[in-house]
Amino acid sequence: MASLNVLALVCLGYVALLFLVAFLADRRAARGQSATWMRSPLIYTLSLSIYCTAWTFYGAVGYAARSGLEFLTIYLGPTLVMIGWWWGLRKLVRVGRSQRVTSIADLLSARYGKSNALAIGVTVLAVIGITPYISLQLQSITLSFAIFAEADPLRSYHETTTVFWVTAGLAIFAILFGTRNLNANERHHGVVTAVALEAVVKLVALLAVGIFVVWGLSDGVTETLARIDASRIGDWRVDGGRWATITFLSAAAFVCLPRMFQVMVVENEDERHLRVAAWAFPLYLLLISMFVVPIAAIGLELLPAGSNPDLFVLTVPLSQGQQGLAMLSFLGGFSSATSMVIVAAMALSTMVSNHMVMPIWLHMQGGEGASVSGDVRNVVLYARRISIAVILGLGYFYYKLSGGGAALAAVGLISFAGISQMLPALVGGLFWRGATRTGALSGLSVGFAIWVYTMLLPALGGGLLPDHVLAEGLFGLSWLRPQALFGIEGLDSTVHAVLWSMSLNAVVFCLVSLMTFPSPIERLQGAQFVNVFEHSSGPRGWTGSVAQSEDLMVMSQRILGASEAQAFFQRELARQGGRGTLPEPTPAFLERLERELGASIGAAAAHAMIGQIVGGSSVSVQDLLAVADETAQMLEYSNQLEEQSAELSRTARQLRVSNEKLTQISQQKDAFLSQVSHELRTPMTSIRAFSEILRDDSDMPLVEKRRYATIIHDEALRLTRLLNDLLDLSVLESGQVSLNMSAGTLNEVLDHAVSTALAGSDHPIQVHRDPKSEDIRISSDLDRLAQVFINLIANAQKYCDADAAELTIQVRRSLGEIWVDFIDNGSGVPADHQQLIFEKFSRVSPERAGGAGLGLAICREIMQRLNGDISYLSGQKGGSFRISLPIERKISLETGL
Amino acid sequence: MRADGAGRQDEPNSPFVERRTYRRRRLMDIARLLPILGALLFTVPLMWPNPDPYPAPGNQAGMATSAAITYIFVVWGGLIALSFVFGLAVRLWAGHWTEGGPQDESS
Repeated sequence: MASLNVLALVCLGYVALLFLVAFLADRRAARGQSATWMRSPLIYTLSLSIYCTAWTFYGAVGYAARSGLEFLTIYLGPTLVMIGWWWGLRKLVRVGRSQRVTSIADLLSARYGKSNALAIGVTVLAVIGITPYISLQLQSITLSFAIFAEADPLRSYHETTTVFWVTAGLAIFAILFGTRNLNANERHHGVVTAVALEAVVKLVALLAVGIFVVWGLSDGVTETLARIDASRIGDWRVDGGRWATITFLSAAAFVCLPRMFQVMVVENEDERHLRVAAWAFPLYLLLISMFVVPIAAIGLELLPAGSNPDLFVLTVPLSQGQQGLAMLSFLGGFSSATSMVIVAAMALSTMVSNHMVMPIWLHMQGGEGASVSGDVRNVVLYARRISIAVILGLGYFYYKLSGGGAALAAVGLISFAGISQMLPALVGGLFWRGATRTGALSGLSVGFAIWVYTMLLPALGGGLLPDHVLAEGLFGLSWLRPQALFGIEGLDSTVHAVLWSMSLNAVVFCLVSLMTFPSPIERLQGAQFVNVFEHSSGPRGWTGSVAQSEDLMVMSQRILGASEAQAFFQRELARQGGRGTLPEPTPAFLERLERELGASIGAAAAHAMIGQIVGGSSVSVQDLLAVADETAQMLEYSNQLEEQSAELSRTARQLRVSNEKLTQISQQKDAFLSQVSHELRTPMTSIRAFSEILRDDSDMPLVEKRRYATIIHDEALRLTRLLNDLLDLSVLESGQVSLNMSAGTLNEVLDHAVSTALAGSDHPIQVHRDPKSEDIRISSDLDRLAQVFINLIANAQKYCDADAAELTIQVRRSLGEIWVDFIDNGSGVPADHQQLIFEKFSRVSPERAGGAGLGLAICREIMQRLNGDISYLSGQKGGSFRISLPIERKISLETGL
Repeated sequence: MRADGAGRQDEPNSPFVERRTYRRRRLMDIARLLPILGALLFTVPLMWPNPDPYPAPGNQAGMATSAAITYIFVVWGGLIALSFVFGLAVRLWAGHWTEGGPQDESS
C-alpha cells in the first residue's frame, strides 16, 4: 500500500521533472537552438490536449457510468472542428498570427475596432466561466489525494491544506514559466513542452488502466464488450437533445476556451501544424476515450455500490492491488489538472493584465501616458503575475465555497456554456463584415445574462438564487422560470439553457449588427479579418513625423526592453534603407511597431499608446472630422483670398475707370477753355473792331456812329450774358449753389415762366396748356425751376421751324415723379445730336444760335440739384423735353450747403 | 467563397484549368464536405430507439452499447483517416493553403 508520503514524493518528483523540462526548453529556445522536435506538429498536437482536463481523465468515466455514451459528445465536437480545420481554424490561426493577438479577448477587441469595452466584457465572461473550471481541477486533485489517504490510516490528511498547497504550486509554476517573457505572442516553449509531456503522461496512464481493465480484468475485447452490454450502461440510452447540444457546445468551447485559444492560435508556430493536428488530435481524443466505457462498466461491476464513479480510474487498479498502475493513473490525473490550470491561468492573466490592468494604469498616468519615462515592462509583468495568483485564488475560494460536492461533468458543462457565448461574435467577426462592435457587445451581454440566470445561478445554489424564483420565476412571472423560459417546459436544463442563451445571443448579435453602423477602423479591421487570405497586412494608416520617432523609441524601450527595441528599430532603419539613427515613422513602420507592442500588451493598449504619441491613426472618426475641418478652413482661406483678389481687381477696374474719367475731364477742361476763349474772342473782336472805327473815323455820320455803338453794346451784353452763364454753371457744377426752397403749385411756376418767356419776343409761339393737370403742389426752388422752364420755352421759340410754332406743355404724374413735357411741332433735334445737346457749348445749328450753348447744360445742372432730371424725349413729333420732379418731397439739405 | 484563400491570385477563371488546379479545387470540395459528413454520421445515433423499459417478449430491446461504441468509433476512425489523407493531399496539391501569412515579414 503506497503511503501518502510516497505519493507526495512522486508528485514532487514529477513536478520537479516538469520544471526541469520547462526550464531546459525555455533555455534552449532563448539560445535560439530549439530542437526541431520542439517546433514539430507533434508538440502542437500534444499541447492541444489540454482540452482533456481532469474532467476528461476522471470525469469521463464517471460520466459514462452515469449516462452511458453521452460523454463522447465532449470529444465529438472538437473532432468535427478539427476535421473542418480548412473552414474555420485555418482562418482563425491566420488572423491570430497576422494580427499578433494575445488572447481571444484581444482578437475580438481587434476585430471590433480595437474596442477595449468588448475586451473587458470577454475577459470578465472568461474569468467567471473559467473559475469554476479551475476549482474543478483543484477538486479532482484533492479527491485523488483523498483516495490514497483513505488507504493510509497512519497519516492525518487535511483536504484544505492540500488544496492550498496545490494551488500555490500551480501558481508558482504558471508565474515562473508563463510570464518569463513579456511578449505574450512569443511562444512559451517551456510551458508548451511541459504541457506536451503531461499530455503523453495522461494518455499513457489512461491507456495503461484501460489495457489493464480489458486484458487484465477481462479476457480481451469480446468479453469486455459482453460485460459492457450486461452492465447497467448496457443499453443505448442517450437523450437526443443532449447529444446534439453537448456536441455543439464542446465544439464551440473548443474554439472559444481561452486556454485552447492560447495553445491553438497564440502558441501556433506554423500553420502547417494544423494539417497534422487535424487528424492527430482527433486520434488523441479517440485513444483517450477508447477505454472509458470499459473502465466504467468494469468499475460498476467490481466496486461496491455507492463508490464515486468519478474516481474509477484510480479505485479500480487500487482495488486490484495494482499500486504502480494506480500511481501512474494518479500522475495522469494530476497532469491533466495541472496543465489545464497553468495554461488557463496564463491565458486569463494575459487577458486581465492587457485589457483591465493596463488601460487603468495608462489612464492613471494621465496625459503624459505613453511618453512618461520608466519601464512599463515590470508593470505588465507584475500585473500578469498578480493576475495569475488572483485567478488561482478565485478558483481556490470557489472550491471552498461550493464545498466540492457537484459532479465533475456538470461544472464542466456550465463552464463550456458560458465560454461558448463568445462564439457568435467570433464566427461573425471572422466571416461577416457586417458584424459590428455594438452587435457583438449586445449579443454577448444577452447570452451572458441568460447563461447566468438559467445555468450558473441554479447550479450554484446556496441561496444565490432564491427557491421561489426557481419555482415561480423572477417577479413571480412564470414564463421567467430559470429552467423553463417562456413557458417551455420539459427540456433538459442544459439543453434549455444552451438553446436560449445561444440562440438569443446570435439573434441579438445579428439584429443589432444590422441596425448599427461600424466606425471606420472597425470596417477596416473587419475587412482585414474576413479577407485575411487576400491581404494579410492591411491599409491602416498611421501618420507621423520624424520628431515622434524619439518618443516612439522611448516608449518601445519601456515595453519591449532596451535591447529588443533598439534591435527592432535598427531592423526598421535597415528596411527603410535610410541613414541616421532612427527610422522614419512611416505608416508601415508604425503598423509593425503597433503589432510588436500589441504582442506584449494587447492590440487595444498598443493602439492607444501609439495613438497618444503619434496623435491618432488617420482613420479614426475624430481624425476624419479634423481633416474635414481642416479642409473647411482651407476652403475658407482660399475663399478669402479669392475675395481679396476680386476686390483688388475691382479696385483696379475702378481706378482705370476713374483714370479714364480724369483724362476725359482733363480733355473736357481743355476743350472748354478753348471754347470759352473762342466764345469770348468773337464778341471781343467785333467790339475792338467797331470801337477802333469809332475812334479813328471822326467825321462819321451820327447814324453810323449810333449803329456801331449799338453793335458794341450788343456784343458787350452778349459777353455779359456769357459770363453770367459761365458763372452760373460753375456755381452749379461746384455744388456751391444755394437753393431757395419754397412751396407752391406747378401752375404758378408755369404761368410765370410762360409770361416771362413770351414777353417781348419776336418769335410768336402758341402755347397749349392744361391748367387742371398742373394743379400740383411742389416743394422746390421755384425761381430756379422757372428758369429751366423759361429756357425750354425760349428754346422752342428760337428753334421751332414750323410755320405756326406751337408748344404743348403736358403735366403727368408717374411713379413718385411729376413729368412736365415740353413738346413743339418743329422738326426736333436730329438723332445724332440728341446725346450732345446737354453738353456745354453744344449748338445744333450754330448759324441760328443766339446763345452760347450753355442753356441746356445749366438746365440739367439745376434739375440735378433739385433731385429731378431733364431728358430729351425721342419719338415725338417735334422737339420735346421732359422734366421730372420729385413729388412733394423735401429736397435733401446737403444740396443746399 | 471568394475569400477563403483557396486559389491563387493569378489563377485563371476558366472551365479548363491545369490538372493541379483542378485537383486543388476538388480538395476544397472534400474540405467542405468532411465536417458535414462527420456531423451527419454522428447524428445517426439520434435515430436509435431508446430501450423500452418493459420490452414485449421477442421484441428487440434498444441498441446495445457495444454496437453503439463500435459504430461511433468506426466512424470516428474513418473520419480521422479521411482527415489524414486530406492533410497529405493538401501537402501535395495545395501547399500554399497553410503557408504565407505575415510571419515571414515580421519575425
